Amino acid sequence: MNFLISGTHISPVYLIVVGFIIGICGGFFGVGGSFLAGPALFAVGVPMNFVVGTDLAHIVGKSIVAAKRHRVLGNVDIKLGLIMVIGTIAGVETGAQIIQQLKRRANVDFVVAIAFIIVLVSISAFIGWESWQTMKMRKPPKSSSSKKPKQDASAIAYVAKNIQRFQLPPMISLPNSGIKEISLWTIIVVAYVGGVFSGFLGGGAGYIRMPAMVYLLGVPTHVAVGTDLFEVVISASYGTFTHALKGNVDILIALVMHTGAAIGAQIGATLTQYFHGARIRLLFVPLPLIGAGLIIYTLLTGHAMK
Amino acid sequence: MAGRPQKTASIGSFLVELIVYAVFVFAYFFLVLHFLGGWVKHLFDANRTLYAVVALGLIITQGVALEALTTALLRLIRRLGVR
Repeated sequence: MNFLISGTHISPVYLIVVGFIIGICGGFFGVGGSFLAGPALFAVGVPMNFVVGTDLAHIVGKSIVAAKRHRVLGNVDIKLGLIMVIGTIAGVETGAQIIQQLKRRANVDFVVAIAFIIVLVSISAFIGWESWQTMKMRKPPKSSSSKKPKQDASAIAYVAKNIQRFQLPPMISLPNSGIKEISLWTIIVVAYVGGVFSGFLGGGAGYIRMPAMVYLLGVPTHVAVGTDLFEVVISASYGTFTHALKGNVDILIALVMHTGAAIGAQIGATLTQYFHGARIRLLFVPLPLIGAGLIIYTLLTGHAMK
Repeated sequence: MAGRPQKTASIGSFLVELIVYAVFVFAYFFLVLHFLGGWVKHLFDANRTLYAVVALGLIITQGVALEALTTALLRLIRRLGVR
């Protein structure tokens, strides 16, 4: 199939399969999947500027499907998501400014790649350790009927409890996330840091925001996944529009990829019902490592990824 | 063991949904994307702002439409009691 805007020829079956795999990851873990979609598009000859913009457009469509599914399951905290959008957009702009500064002073691709590897491996190691500790401390349920997958537990729940004690007005409550009281500024700072990583490293940075919501804000894993997807719909729409203005979006590629992602996202979102929070987090561990592996491969072989 | 028939039903429903969905997608490529391609390319070259609006509108519309389609298919398959 010819895609006239980016001037590429790609099999639609390839795009649907890639979209399907990323859709499952997105629906299950609440991540955009840029670390998989980017290299997959680049590998079939899509120019890098189109990879970044087109991936964002595809993320919008996929996240709508998954977020709507999560909303039906009661996993979306709209109030939290809307507050986080403010911090995320401010953070994305800061991250983009850091990139501009690095472009003037250093080898930006190398610095970003090394930072990306350190962040991804650290997240993977930490979540792996934490979810393993949490699963060890959980008592096995007496019967299958007593299982309540949305009840969340964490070996480091005290971190979120201490952060929630930070009293800087205005204080708000998030009943959908089971948080009685938390400072608005805490949420904005957490979202801002996620946004900085998104602007600095590219993609939606769901691999940072989802764990940050769980460990720092104390949001249950299922709600963190659904709320992150809801927030991604808004922030990725903003990114798609600005990239489309710059001529970096081949919308036809995004539409074809999304047909596979739509069904994958439904499956991924539905699957979260059958897993406890700690197990979802443990299954999340290989994802950042795959991304880190792709960057190491790129550095060693010399193929540009940005 | 009580979970086994439910699991079989889910896999059956999923396979039927996948086949029906594949037919829809096949028709979608040849009817919509074939005719849309030239117009969108023209818009990309002629008016970038309008292209940005249309691109965002298309992906959001497709997101909502496919979500509705997959949900309706699942509901229909469950109502028909496919195993």
